[in-house]
Amino acid sequence: MEFVSPEGLRLDGRRPLEMRQLRAEIGAVSKADGSAVFEMGNTKVIAAVYGPREVENRAQQMNDQALVRCEYTMANFSTGDRVRKPKGDRRSTEISMVIRQTMEACIMTHLMPRSQIDIFVQVLQADGGTRSACINAATLALADAGIPMRDLVTSCSAGYLNTTPLLDLNYVEDSAGGPDVTVGYLPKLDKVTLLQMDSKLPLDTFESVMQLAIEGCKAVANYLREVLLENTKQLEYRRGS
Amino acid sequence: MREIELSLNQTQKIRLQRALDRLQSLSSKSTSNSSVTVADTIPVNDEDGILKGHGTLEVDSEVVATVCGVVERVNKLIYVRSLRSRYKPETGDIVVGRVVEVAQKRWRIEINSNQDAVLMLSSVTLPDGIQRRRTPIDELNMRNIFVENDVISAEVRNGQHDGIWQLHARSNKYGKLDRGQLIAVPTYLVKRRKQHFHQLDKYGVLLILGCNGYVWVGELTEAKDSMEVDDVNESEKSNAKSSDQTKLEENYTALETRENICRIANAVRVLSILGFSITVEVILEMCELSILLNLDIHDMLGAEFCVTVAEKEAVRRSL
Repeated sequence: MEFVSPEGLRLDGRRPLEMRQLRAEIGAVSKADGSAVFEMGNTKVIAAVYGPREVENRAQQMNDQALVRCEYTMANFSTGDRVRKPKGDRRSTEISMVIRQTMEACIMTHLMPRSQIDIFVQVLQADGGTRSACINAATLALADAGIPMRDLVTSCSAGYLNTTPLLDLNYVEDSAGGPDVTVGYLPKLDKVTLLQMDSKLPLDTFESVMQLAIEGCKAVANYLREVLLENTKQLEYRRGS
Repeated sequence: MREIELSLNQTQKIRLQRALDRLQSLSSKSTSNSSVTVADTIPVNDEDGILKGHGTLEVDSEVVATVCGVVERVNKLIYVRSLRSRYKPETGDIVVGRVVEVAQKRWRIEINSNQDAVLMLSSVTLPDGIQRRRTPIDELNMRNIFVENDVISAEVRNGQHDGIWQLHARSNKYGKLDRGQLIAVPTYLVKRRKQHFHQLDKYGVLLILGCNGYVWVGELTEAKDSMEVDDVNESEKSNAKSSDQTKLEENYTALETRENICRIANAVRVLSILGFSITVEVILEMCELSILLNLDIHDMLGAEFCVTVAEKEAVRRSL
């Protein structure tokens, strides 16, 4: 199948190095300590953060750091064909773990000992790159909850189809079975906290694809920062002195 | 980016936007551009030694914010005051909390903080009001004072080395709260002040603005030494009423008071929706305004009243 037309356009009309449109909204869940909706093109994810709060299960309480928990679910209506049991399958458990580890790496857990932070992410519309979208949404929600973090962790994916590196794969490109590199990146510290790849890639191409994904992460980070700054200013001026 | 969740029509939208723009221009006059987000560099003078406070981190000899908020500078100390975050207790704060557990010699109280706080049996006044050593019998009778899910008011006493905060309720004004509403608002909207207990005699309402973002609006009852009052009453009425009836009367709140409670509670809710800081003055002003406009209590949560309040606030702050 042809994923990049001779004119250099992808199936959804993007250039190979072009991202989908980003949109973020903070404060979607009123009862949560922090929440956000994040969209990458047709992928739409909602995240809610509760805590830091008292640990539910005393046995899990840690005396030197906070307990971070994460739950990833896909809404039944998120994909083309309706899923019956969206929770508890292997894929969800794996992604929950991936998100938890990525977020744990940037949360300053030692500042909140003996407490727990719950992150709930739900995919409302799935169109490829849900993993990245979830991480970005969770970052926003954590920042909204006022939880101290080393850096804004952002994520983006990149692939390699028709001998062209492609940024931010959508569902059709994702299911082509080609290599798909998902990167979680700390822009300020210039560190990679998540790196996953399906399928195989030659080493020299891998370098360029990963670099492309990192560039994508930086673009996402710039956008998130804008959104957060706007939100902070708004909260401050509304409150008044 | 945080949208106000109201269904506004076109005119109201424009009016609200204008009011908010006005607030924005007012606040930008007084404070310079000092909002930061996570991982923003905070500019500092390297020559004079600086102290890094909360919400900051040193990365490659740069001071970097770890939370979203406003940079505050006090002499050499630089810290970031975060807006939306959980309550951080400080000694002397007045808080409203909910009892989650009755344990040995203590209650565990949920106060919207990182961890539950502890209220020791020895730091409450007993119902009989006598100062004495707490006996095992008192321990058995702890449920007569507070049980699970009771809402109480207390003062933060001190923090322990393990991060658990102790409360005390060693005064008549603290203790169990009943016949009223508890409203949870974001913590940053309640400022620490001299007074957090407000007896609104005009409305017959007791308003407690807990530092932890829990606001209590309840019936204003007479001083808590109800026992003496009861004695007098009973002798006066010369046992005309059966004890059942007096009990009923005790549990009865007049309709007017209940309405006032709802009105004040809705004023607090509107302020929390709009994200304006919550003070008694503003709440009372809003109540009077709503009465003046002849608004029903449930209409206070409607779009029109919110917009009016936003406009009023813009006028108030520009004075």
